[in-house]
Amino acid sequence: MSGVLYSLVALGFVLIFKASGVFNFAQGAMVLLAALALVRSLDLLVVWGFSLWTAIILGIGFAAVVMAITARLIEWFVIGPLVNQDALTLFMSTIGVTFVLEGAAQMIFGSDVYPLRLFPTDVWLLFESHFPGGILVNKLDVWGAFIAGILVAGLAIFFQRTKTGRALRAVADDHLAAQSVGIPISWIWFVVWLVAGLVALVAATVWGTKLGVQFSITFLALKALPVLIIGGLTSVPGAIVGGLIVGAGEKIAEVFLGAHIGGGIEYWFAYVLALAVLLVRPQGLFGERIIERI
Amino acid sequence: MLYREAGQFKTTYAADMAIFPIRQDRIALGILLTIAFVGVPVLANFRIWPFASEYLLWAILLPFLILALAAIGANILVGYCGQISLGSGAFMAIGAYSAYKLGTGVHIPLAWLGFAISIPPLPVLASILLGGLMAAVVGILFGIPSLRIKGLYLAVATLAAQFFFDWVFLRVPWFTNYAPSGSVNAPALEFFGLTVRTPIERYLLCLIFVTVFAVLAKNLVRGNLGRQWMAIRDMDIAAELIGIRPLYAKLTAFAVSSFIIGVAGALWAFVYLGSWEPLAFSIERSLQLLFMVIIGGLGSIMGSFVGAAFILILPIMLNLLPTQLGVPLSTETITHLEFIIFGSLICYLLIKEPHGFARLISIGKEKLRLWPFPY
Repeated sequence: MSGVLYSLVALGFVLIFKASGVFNFAQGAMVLLAALALVRSLDLLVVWGFSLWTAIILGIGFAAVVMAITARLIEWFVIGPLVNQDALTLFMSTIGVTFVLEGAAQMIFGSDVYPLRLFPTDVWLLFESHFPGGILVNKLDVWGAFIAGILVAGLAIFFQRTKTGRALRAVADDHLAAQSVGIPISWIWFVVWLVAGLVALVAATVWGTKLGVQFSITFLALKALPVLIIGGLTSVPGAIVGGLIVGAGEKIAEVFLGAHIGGGIEYWFAYVLALAVLLVRPQGLFGERIIERI
Repeated sequence: MLYREAGQFKTTYAADMAIFPIRQDRIALGILLTIAFVGVPVLANFRIWPFASEYLLWAILLPFLILALAAIGANILVGYCGQISLGSGAFMAIGAYSAYKLGTGVHIPLAWLGFAISIPPLPVLASILLGGLMAAVVGILFGIPSLRIKGLYLAVATLAAQFFFDWVFLRVPWFTNYAPSGSVNAPALEFFGLTVRTPIERYLLCLIFVTVFAVLAKNLVRGNLGRQWMAIRDMDIAAELIGIRPLYAKLTAFAVSSFIIGVAGALWAFVYLGSWEPLAFSIERSLQLLFMVIIGGLGSIMGSFVGAAFILILPIMLNLLPTQLGVPLSTETITHLEFIIFGSLICYLLIKEPHGFARLISIGKEKLRLWPFPY
């Protein structure tokens, strides 16, 4: 189920949006960067003669450091100077960030297709005795779902229980007000982007194992957008549920509808679904209703 | 010294409200138009530098004009009405494919109703304009969600248009007249008995289109409608309170913008590409148009031209400069470098000058007015 993976990427979006009010178009590029950093350092480490497990740990560590540096740089050069600007300006600046990251990631780490093997990808058969043929389950998907679950639980605790988490939500509500009550906004934003970077890294490991690390990973981010819309921009559970709906929905649509009107429905189904949801419920399934006044 | 408006008195309201109230601006524009309409064709005809080869016309001026037109369209929606759109490429595609269908004849068999709709091939001019109209209709359809949603949500809604139409033109063979390869050829460019073939003629054709539409757009945004758009952009609730109908304002913005983008798409396909496939109007094109608008200047017609020029020229400069300097880069590095430079430029401009190059130019003009005094 690619739905889990969409959820993972969408989670990165939701986090940044929830915690800083920035709609981060660059999440896909961050996944690409994390995946490339991981895969290239793994290759190098294995060549240098580390054992596989040390290499994996060191590689993930290296990728995490890369994401931390990226977060710091983004905060420093782009988001920091744009504090108190309106959401659209911030959104467009993240499009700029996307391009820089895509270019830089490929320039530094190369732009070929690299295979990544962290999780077992073989296939399980479930319920063989109950159904004829059983249900095909990829081990990787189980891993993905497991990791997503842990991630969500961890993040929920982080947001609700820790001091930083509360500060994050204050910043999202109003930059200026948060600043004036003494919340160190640059530090908060660094934390947010770091967390988003780490979520991107997790998504990168799972997705990279499935498809190999390549440029097309960035399109994943575009797929995550309808997931967000369906789930609601500010809701972590929404991202998960939305991801599952999109992942399952597009496969079902492809199989049942695609046969009638020509294949490749997967390509746009999520978007049209999102559009339909928007028309009925503009804030998404789990989103907060926005009340506006002058 | 040169740029001074002292002594230019306005004695009528019409003069006060002119597009270019300052004489020097009018003269400059006149010179520019003369160069564009007379100078360039003459130079190109006699193959005088820099028109010794057709490269400049074909690879720079022609795409520049068409993309500038598309950027004007995008600017109306994004810059003037504040509705972020990531689907401009789709509207270009709709313009192109509708124009193609109309130019080659439409046949819709309605077997279940017992008859068929057939339209004979229309003249090229009519089909280009009707292609734009078609894009406007679809634009309105995709603009309808904008009444309930805005900003980021809307960006995703327009992205839906992008992906949906990418797919439609790739997979529905009716649109490509059942071409097996999926790529289609534009019909011959005949205008009132004249056939447009050479690059110079193509250039002039586009120039006429661009001039007409730029003037129309400029006047539109100065007028009642444009003010409504800007009010919606600046604060929609406040605009609604002072009596602007958001429905009308937003949908007209979508319609006008998609119309211009659609015409640009038809020109891009017919005049520049000649034969094309859906890839020509992918999401890359949408982002490119958005960049032109941001870099050139949100809410500025002139900015659209500057932005288009910049986006087109930067890659070419990146290709030429390193080799001139003796540091040849691989094409791959250049592409990546392009990405990085575009990205950082967008961030830089958003931080330092949210109104883009157009604002820089107008600051320059202000300074010139006072020159040599600093205040």
